[in-house]
Amino acid sequence: MRRREFLRVSLSAAGGLVVSLVWPHRGTAEEAIEPKLPPAVSRPLGAFVRIEPDGHIVIGARGCEIGQGVRTSLPMLIAEELDVAWSAVTVEQLDYGVEESGTPPELVSRYGRQGAGGSTSIRDGFDELRQVGARARWLLIQAAAEEWRTKADLLRTQDAQVVNPDGRTLSYAQLAKRAAMLAPPKGRVPLKDKAAYRIVGQRVRVVDGRDIVTGAAQYGIDSALPGALTAVIARCPYFDGGIAKVDDSESRRIPGVRQVLTIDGPRPGGPIDRNLAAGVAVLADDFWSAQRGRQSLHVTWRPGPGAQDSSSALEQRALAAFDQRGKIARQDGDFEGARRSAARAIEYTYTEPLLAHATMEPPNALIDLRGKRALLIASLQSPGDASGMVSAMTGIARSNIEIRLPRSGGGFGRRLENDFVAEAVLVAQKARAPVKLIWTREDDLQNDFYRPFGIHRLTATLDPSGKVNGWSHRVAATARTYRAAGMEDDPDWAGCVDRDGFPAGCVENYLAEFLPVEFHFPRGWWHSPLPTFSAFPVESFLDEVAIAAGRDPLDLRLALLGTPRELDYRDHGGPKVHTGRIAGVLREAARRIGYGRKPTPGHGIGLASHFTHGGYAAHAIEVAFSGDGALNVVRCVCAADIGEVVNPLGAEAQFMGGTICGLSTALHLQITVKEGRVEQSNFPDYPLLRMAGAPDVEVFLIDSPFPPVGAGEMGIPPVAPALANAIFAATGKRLRRLPLGSQLKG
Amino acid sequence: MAIELTVNGRTARFAGDPAMPLLWYLRDHAHLTGTKFGCGIGYCGACTVHVDGMARRACVTPMSKTAGHAVTTIEGLAGAGTLHPVQQAWLDEDVPQCGYCQAGQIMTAVDLLRRKPEPTDADIAELTNLCRCGSYPRIRKAIRRAALALRGEHA
Repeated sequence: MRRREFLRVSLSAAGGLVVSLVWPHRGTAEEAIEPKLPPAVSRPLGAFVRIEPDGHIVIGARGCEIGQGVRTSLPMLIAEELDVAWSAVTVEQLDYGVEESGTPPELVSRYGRQGAGGSTSIRDGFDELRQVGARARWLLIQAAAEEWRTKADLLRTQDAQVVNPDGRTLSYAQLAKRAAMLAPPKGRVPLKDKAAYRIVGQRVRVVDGRDIVTGAAQYGIDSALPGALTAVIARCPYFDGGIAKVDDSESRRIPGVRQVLTIDGPRPGGPIDRNLAAGVAVLADDFWSAQRGRQSLHVTWRPGPGAQDSSSALEQRALAAFDQRGKIARQDGDFEGARRSAARAIEYTYTEPLLAHATMEPPNALIDLRGKRALLIASLQSPGDASGMVSAMTGIARSNIEIRLPRSGGGFGRRLENDFVAEAVLVAQKARAPVKLIWTREDDLQNDFYRPFGIHRLTATLDPSGKVNGWSHRVAATARTYRAAGMEDDPDWAGCVDRDGFPAGCVENYLAEFLPVEFHFPRGWWHSPLPTFSAFPVESFLDEVAIAAGRDPLDLRLALLGTPRELDYRDHGGPKVHTGRIAGVLREAARRIGYGRKPTPGHGIGLASHFTHGGYAAHAIEVAFSGDGALNVVRCVCAADIGEVVNPLGAEAQFMGGTICGLSTALHLQITVKEGRVEQSNFPDYPLLRMAGAPDVEVFLIDSPFPPVGAGEMGIPPVAPALANAIFAATGKRLRRLPLGSQLKG
Repeated sequence: MAIELTVNGRTARFAGDPAMPLLWYLRDHAHLTGTKFGCGIGYCGACTVHVDGMARRACVTPMSKTAGHAVTTIEGLAGAGTLHPVQQAWLDEDVPQCGYCQAGQIMTAVDLLRRKPEPTDADIAELTNLCRCGSYPRIRKAIRRAALALRGEHA
């Protein structure tokens, strides 16, 4: 159902025009609240559009900027329809906007969706935010029509001016005050034709570029409040463990240390909806003193029920799970029948490790609890969830919790969780002081919501003519619903089994099955969560099937995709997936890399594609091995169809970055657990690619008539299988376990 | 005894723990937050600053070693009203995504171009600063662009 939104028009303090849209509130944790039009009060701050009499044009950026570029792309949508030059616009970050309105008071969302996740910002904002700009322009035209005593539909706009056919013009600045007095348009107003776009579709640089290169940009970790103490926390390294004994006498003697206190972790086996671990917090005047205080603690930890667990035990459990039937996520035709009568069956098993997010800016939160009010400043992806959680923990009304949204040094799904905010609240409540909590890199890698470990077993059957007539994909992994609050009703295979992903719907007899495996560590959303998890096994296996059937891997994919058509896709990014668009990106990537040409000896080209969150991407990667066996990525091509592109310069950056993230992950990254503890602790043992290992990425965006989707996550999933397929093409060696790096030598 | 150093051209005194890393002095005491915390072990380069014109990882540089030296941070790189050519190149190539590592990347690139005004691809490949967003290809382009601009200025 479409959410109903309302225009709010008001006067700025300086007598200008302020336009906001107001939505009925929908956090992820709460159900829809019936919309109610708030009173038309003047709210000079926090509006989407503010046009001041001095000509200043300010556009509000509503989203959490985590590097995906929404502080640039979302305001572009408003500016386009407002009809102002991009260079004339100042972009201002909006706080998280929730307020109470009406009698009885109900929560309304001032700006609509502000979270960052699932590559949804552009998809959700494309229509809404263009309407914001268009309705503000509508008001300005009405104001000019009144001024000139003429009909509004005779007037047009250009570069922040309303133009009269007789040649007269009035600037938006001149019209702002009058426009602010007008009644807002009822409902939607017409939008521009695409042909008239002057901003959308242009290559626009990040709006904060200058602040970033001069060090002025503010991230969560840069925030400060008078009187705030800096906190670091020594956390129990055993998940579900606790504190047996603390001796903090040395810590308290460190100059600058003000308090040492303990916080509880989640109830063992209970929901993981606040902080992740019991811990000892050291609060000090600055980070260094707090960290020295922490290093001087003597804590005896109480190991939890998972204290003996390990990655190898997890792998054994996952393998053993295949001996039993699991839960059927999708079944077409009769796979078992196809297998019994198959001329040939091909079966392989693929293994994927736990992954950490490793945002460059470690988690942090600044919180000030002041009686019935609170202020939170943090790098977030889910401010709505943070608002609900802080309210639940403190009893402070959500409308009295001010949440500022500074830039985030990366997100990748880590900040969809607000465990670090919960910690800051717990510490601030005990300390009775504003608290700035900072995590170290070690804290980050060892206390994450990890991308689950998984084993995938794929089986394909061929009929006597060599046609693929059966496909089974069985996945053993930790269920998404594992100790997750608010997901109890989800099927436990959600997020683990890409039931409707290619080749589902393209093979007559199809089976997708989930085998839940217990593991004592929290799992979370990792950058394109289900697609990255699914693409490596499926797209590697497609190549293996092709090779076993004596067919070219691209030809086999195109044959399976068949006639361009829409198929049902019931998970995120649906409701439909278009086989022609998958074929389109595959063909484009293949064409650009010169697929099918006679390969240079020792080189190999691999292809893969994936449908991710409504977008389509394919990679073609060419590798070569040097004399000493070292892998060299010779070329890396990415073709993507994300519908209409709002900012090609930004979208290309997302695909470039996604590709390099995909390479880092495919080659080197894994988290392992031994004796109940995470083994990795800092970047040297979680080695992201550096300059030397990062190839240039050739990104080709398909000129697409489809509605826009995001770009943040589509560039990752096809990378690992394209790389594994290229390594096979070059060497004949098939690698079925990630990460690949350590298997390449020798 | 207080440590005396120069930060972005101004004399500064620090009377705290001489073992405190320069990074935390800059962020918590000098309120220069452009220099970022990434790993705390001198590995990722997010905290890169210049000490006497040479790139140093501030998270593993104790304050005791800064006495009498001149520290330049990202905030002190630009001249009045003009960007350093490396900063300008970063804008021209639209390098930043999340942007968190970029201060360290820029300080490292300035140091590279000081040492090697005409850097080869191999020289650039030796840079070890991490970027989690994967902006490396645009960083390479920006360094080449800045190298041209710097040579143009010197010519």
